[in-house]
Parts: sequence; C-alpha cells; structure tokens
Amino acid sequence: MTDEVRRLKFEIFRFNPEDPESEPHIDTFEIDERPYMTLYMALSEIRETQDAGLQFDFACRSAICGSCGMLVNGRPALGCRTLTADLPEIVRLHPLPAFKLIGDLSVDTGTWFREMAERTEAWIHEQQPFDPAATEERMSDDIAAAIYEGDRCIECGCCVASCGVANVSPEFLAGAGLNRVARFMMDPRDSRSDEEWYDVVASSEGVFGCVGMMACADVCPKELPLLEVYAYLRRRTLGTKFVSD
Amino acid sequence: MTPQLITTDVLVIGGGLAGERCAIEAAAAGQEAMILSLVPPRRSHSCAAQGGMQAALGNCVKAEGDSPHVHFLDTVRGSDWGADQEVASIFAEEAPIAVRELAHFGVPWSRVRGGKNKYFIKGESVEIDELLENDGLISQRDFGGTAKWRACYAAAGTGHAALYAVDSEVVRLGITVRDRVEAISLIHDGSRCTGVVARCLRTGKHFAVMAKATVIATGGYGRIYGGYTTNATINYGDGAALALNTGIVPLGNMEAVQFHPTALSPSGILITEGCRGDGGYLLDKNLNRFMVEAEPEKQELASRDVVSRHMMQCIQDGNGVDSPNGSHLWLDIRHLGEEHLTTKLLEVFDICRDFAGINPAHDLIPVRPTQHYSMGGVRVNKDGEAYGLAGLYAVGEAACWDMHGFNRLGGNSLAETLVAGRVVGARVAEYAAGATLQANTAPAFDALGVAQQQAETWLTREGNGRSVYEIRDSLGEIMITKVGIFRNGKDLESAVHDIQALIDECSHAVLRHKGPGANPELAFALRLPGMLRLAMTVAMGALARSESRGAHFRTDFPLRNDREWLKRTLARWQPDAHSPTLSYEPVGLLDLPPGHRGYGSDERIEMDDSINDYNGSVEDAQQREGRLASVDPMGSRLNYADRKAT
Repeated sequence: MTDEVRRLKFEIFRFNPEDPESEPHIDTFEIDERPYMTLYMALSEIRETQDAGLQFDFACRSAICGSCGMLVNGRPALGCRTLTADLPEIVRLHPLPAFKLIGDLSVDTGTWFREMAERTEAWIHEQQPFDPAATEERMSDDIAAAIYEGDRCIECGCCVASCGVANVSPEFLAGAGLNRVARFMMDPRDSRSDEEWYDVVASSEGVFGCVGMMACADVCPKELPLLEVYAYLRRRTLGTKFVSD
Repeated sequence: MTPQLITTDVLVIGGGLAGERCAIEAAAAGQEAMILSLVPPRRSHSCAAQGGMQAALGNCVKAEGDSPHVHFLDTVRGSDWGADQEVASIFAEEAPIAVRELAHFGVPWSRVRGGKNKYFIKGESVEIDELLENDGLISQRDFGGTAKWRACYAAAGTGHAALYAVDSEVVRLGITVRDRVEAISLIHDGSRCTGVVARCLRTGKHFAVMAKATVIATGGYGRIYGGYTTNATINYGDGAALALNTGIVPLGNMEAVQFHPTALSPSGILITEGCRGDGGYLLDKNLNRFMVEAEPEKQELASRDVVSRHMMQCIQDGNGVDSPNGSHLWLDIRHLGEEHLTTKLLEVFDICRDFAGINPAHDLIPVRPTQHYSMGGVRVNKDGEAYGLAGLYAVGEAACWDMHGFNRLGGNSLAETLVAGRVVGARVAEYAAGATLQANTAPAFDALGVAQQQAETWLTREGNGRSVYEIRDSLGEIMITKVGIFRNGKDLESAVHDIQALIDECSHAVLRHKGPGANPELAFALRLPGMLRLAMTVAMGALARSESRGAHFRTDFPLRNDREWLKRTLARWQPDAHSPTLSYEPVGLLDLPPGHRGYGSDERIEMDDSINDYNGSVEDAQQREGRLASVDPMGSRLNYADRKAT
C-alpha cells in the first residue's frame, strides 16, 4: 500500500442525440482516487462536480440490477462493481455497442430485452391454469437449482456487446437470449415440445449463429456457464431433428 | 414521438413486483394496462430482495404447525401493534397462494430435500430428517421475528427470480411498459384521480396519461437518507411525493423507517437476513456474540428494529470495530461452509467478494445497521384505494396498507408485493370496469402546463444558489444523525428546522447544466422538493410521536404507549403551506390485543379503553380522515368476533 493518491484521468465518450449541436467526441475529466472507489462513485463525482450533463445509468449499485454495463477500457463490464484500483490511471469509457444509444454512456437495453423476450416467448407456457387452492407441483431441489443457475442472468447486456455476431447481426439472440431459452427449455413446467423449441433456436439467429469466440463467457459478470448452455442447446435441437426426421 | 396525451384503462406507476403484479391482475380481467417505470422493469429495486418471501406453507420440520394465523400473529407482533390487523390477516391468508402462483410463473424455489439435512440453529450444528413425503415441496428458511421457518427462497436471489417471473407474465400478456419515464404529478379534480403527467427520461419531453384508475407502486423513500441506505439510487419516494402534493391524500406513519441490521460497511449494500436465518452470528470487536445476552430467546433472530438497536447500543458502548469509515460490527457466516455460501447464499458470497474484497467462508463481514425500508407511504384502505381520491390506488412499499405498522418482518415485503398486487389489482380492475374515461381533457393539459413550467423555472433560474446534489447530501446527513435509530426531541426539532432551511435553499438552487434532452441534473432537481417534503413528514411525525414503537425509538420516551399512541400518523401538505399538517386515526380493528412481542422490551403503558370501545371507534374515525368505503365492509376478513366468542 502506498499513501500516494492517484490522479485518475477519465476519457469518456460523449454524444447527446437530443441536442442538435452535439457531435460524438471524447471528454476528459480528472479526479482523485479514493479507497474502494468504484466507477459508480467516480462517475457520480464527475457529474456532480464537473459536468452535470453527463449521462449514465446506475440503480442498485450492487451488481444485481444490470443497469450499468459499459465499455471499460474496451471491455464490457458493470460500472458499479468495477474498482478503480483494478484499472490503470487512464480509464476510457464508452457506451455498450449493439444497443441503441440514449446519450453518453447510457444505452437502451430495455427495448432489446423486451423484444428478445417476445420473440422467444420467454415465459412459462403453462400446462394447466393456476389453481389457487392446490398445493404446489413438486420439483426436485437439484432441478430447481439448475433452473436457478440459468435464471441468474441480470440482462446487463455485456455478453451482447462483446459478441462479434450480435454486433453485425441485430437478430442474433446472443448469450443472454440463448441462456434465457435454455432456462425455459430445461424447466419441466414449460409445455413446449422439442419441435417447438427447434423453431426458436435452431437457426442462425439462434444457437447456430454462434461462431464460438466466447467473449460472452469471458465478460459475464455473473460467470454464467455459457459454453455449457450452448452445448445443451445444440444437443437438444440436433437430437430433436434426428428423432423427428 | 409520444403525443402530448395518451390514454389507458389502468395506469401503474412503477415496474417493480407490486406494480407489475397489479397490472397483470388488471390485464387478465380485460383492462388495458400500462406501466410507467424509471428503469426497465427488471432493474426495479424488487430485484435486490435476497433472502426470502414469507408464506405459511409449513413444509419443513422446523415449519411444522405453521398456519396463516401464526403468520398473522408474528406480523402483528412484529409491527409492535401498529399494523391494520385486518390487512395483516388478508395478507397472511393469501401469501401461500402468492408463493405457489410464483412457482406457476416459473420461480425456481428451493425445494425440500427429504432425509437428513444439516442446519445451524442458535449456534449449534443440528441434523434434521426432513419428511420424505414432503420431498420436492417448496422449502423454508428461518428469518427474524417468526415462530416458524417460513421464508420461501431461491438461493439469495429471491427478489430477482420473482421479478423475472412476474415480468415474463407482463410480456406474455402484452402489457405496455414505458421505461425511462417518471411521473411528475397526479391529474385530479379534488375528488377523483384521472391520471398523471409524466416526463420522458430519454427526451425530456412531458406528456399526460389519462386513465380510469391510477396505481402508485413506486417503492420506498430510502434515498432521503442520502447514501445511508441499502436502497437503489432510484428509491426517492416519488410516488409518495405525488400523493402528498395533491394536498388531499395523506401519507401514513412516515416516521416508521426500518434500519436493516446487516448492511455491508461502508458501502451500505444489503446482506440478507437469511445469513442469520441460516445460522450466522453477530460479533462485537472482542468477537463476542452480544445478541445472545441481549435477546436470550431469539438471539440474532429478533425483529430488525430490536437487533438494529442492540447493534447501535453495542457500537455506542465502545464495542464496535473501528475503521476509517466509522465503527461497524461483524457478521460471521464462516461456519456455514463454502458450499452453503456458494449455493444457498451465493449472492452474499458475490457481494462480499466484489464490494469488500473478502471471502465470507474465511473472513468476517463488516456490517452496520442502515436505512432499509419505508413502512410509511400513501395511506390506503384495505382495497388499496387512497384516502380522499377515488380512482387512485397504491401498492407495495409505496403504500401504507398497513400490514407492517412500525416494523416490518424480513420476507414480509416480498410477500406483500405479490399479495397486494393480486388483491388490490382485482379491486383496480373492478373499479376501472365500472368507470369511464373523462372526456374533459382540460385538467390534464392544465397539469401538463404546470409541469412544463416547473422544468422551465429550473432551466431559467440564475444566481449562485447551491447545487441540488449538495442539498441532497445535506439532507442525508440530517436524516441519519437526527432522525435515525435513536431519536430524541431536541435532535428532531433541530432536524425539522434544518430541513425547512433546505426547502428554502432548494427554491434558490441553480442547475449547472441547462442543455436539451433528459438532462440528468434537471431530472434530479424535479425530484428534490418531493424528497425534502417527505423528509419533513418523517421528522415531524417522529417529533410529535412521544413514545417508542417498533422502529421509531425515542430515548426521551422509551416506552410504547398504547394509552395515547395506538394510532397512525397521517400527514397532509396543503398547497402553498410551509409544513405538513399531522392528524391521527386508530390503527384499525384489533383482533390480537396489544401485549409483549416476545422479544425486545416488555415494559409499556397499557391502553385504557376496552378493545370493544377501541374497535367501535375505528370506522367513523378513519372515515373522517378520508378513508373511502371498501367493497366489503370493514372487518369482513378479520375473525375477531368469532374468536372473542370462544
């Protein structure tokens, strides 16, 4: 530990689409580093003391809500849990690519994820209507834990932004979309047949669009086992095809 | 481009669990529902709920004998008798349905494993044989202030799993969600609410939404405590401020503010009560389990108000652990083992690693009581309908329904969001089905003009006033030092004075950024007057309440006083008034007579009235305060008459 306080230099992408005079450019800000400083603290300090127009998104500031994905020195990450101590003195921040820009570091993930959920029908397709008087259906704790593992995705969009395919092909479901499909596919409460699933994922928009660079798994803040997820989807869909033919 | 006026049947402000569940109920009944949300709904603060959702399923050995009635009793005791007992009763009865419905929507609840299971209970490692016949049913864990294990859970991501499942239903039903939209004011004619004026946080444009029924589901007001809160940055209490600004709708029990015992120090990030439920300890600087002596019966699992007070006392007695960021205590979950911590408490494990740089399997966790939950909120009747304005409803943390009284039990808030969403949503749908959209759009355009003028005033004000962020920080310091866990008359008077000064400063505050678009500083400036007003209702309510009840503790009036204070504070703010007006109403019909909670102090000032006299006064007194008639008569869901007979 050294007592010397680092002077951090932030180079931040700026563009406000609502301002006709705004052009995309980089602004530079300097602040003193503090112990346990996160990008949430640093960006708040910059906005509150240097440039009140700076746009970015945080909500829970505890890596749970998924609001604050951004490119940190070129790599997608959650701003709230990125410690400045882990970064060099120069920190370059850009908005996540692959999503529509709202302004500066703020992007529209909400629309992307809603559209993905509608397209993949990412809800339980019930077998029976809910009966308020009935005891719950049984499920083994192991299956519940496996579904929970897939359910842990916080839809921050880091995987989408890191994906070479998603950046050139907006229809590609990308890590978060494929993971969501797998989560419902393995859920015994969902009534969809293998043939129905085949139509959802067995295409270039689905799991066969993945070219296997796996940046998604490298950047996932929740460390979801995306390689296993894609293998599961390929196995299920290919199995279906052979059986149904 | 959004037109200046849009319409829907049911308008829900807030895309968290309560708002979404309410919208589902309305949409399923055939009403067109629209949700406005500050953030994409899955980023709502409901997602941060960790440890569990209380419902009396009774599937585990340690949950045997549980029932909605036992849950009701725990809830009323937890509330320190401040709750509306009929609402607590409705809640306890419906909670199991709400949990099972979530299973139907896809929540991967942790399940009972029949056979030998290892648990930690009161410091002992024990083995319990779970019944094989219950294998695969929804499991429960222990939480504070409950007689039985009752918290249903999905690891430590229960709120996340619930919110994702409920939001998938919202998508399935095709409910319109407009995210990045903030409600600015309610449109009303003095007796009926007909929608809101909102501001788009993408473009900065204002628009009006006219609706048959409007639902406030905006969560709590923790951010009036600045950074001294577990709450997300979006929890300003905007919905409560909307209601307060009408001058008609009262806020209930705003002084009832919960401090969670275990927020990570110094960041304030929540560490779930499930840690203590699963056997974690609290330790002082000498690694002594001080809660065993303080609360021999419940130990670390007394209610949150009681545990937080013991922790603060421990720190004030010099037994806290010193750190550059102030004193803290330790939470010890090392003995639960890494496997348990990386499965059943995974989110805690991640938070400790990411925000404190520690591994809780090997290291102690620095914790400190921190503002967590707002028991107070928009005062509503048992149907969720606001006092004084027909067509306006409130659900979840934004509401004072009021099942929590002066202290909410852990796991009861998640359960409330789903139960209230179902119950109130059904009433909202009925109301909307019988109502017509008002043809007169003049009030909407008037309110729109006022809101646009407010923004314009901020954008054109010049001078050397303080920044809105400085005022926010000053407010946080006032609230944590003078309206915190231990309160007294002198500090509260000083807080009222200080907040008044901030209100004056706010009217001269100057924006640093006046550019076009959403303008994050302007967005915050539009919230700040509401936050200051809410803070004033908290401080004044706390100053007036000369007793201690639940989370409201007065060192100068340390006893609960059922003789004078078995009542709910109502705060209204008349237009152009300098401060709110306080009035009071009975808490509701009593079924369980006031008594000892089973933890905390057993000393109190007893009520003089008989229960019958008290109950006889409730309906008229609440009606005088603006309570609208509920669909079913008051007391229809409370069994007090039957129980009295036996």
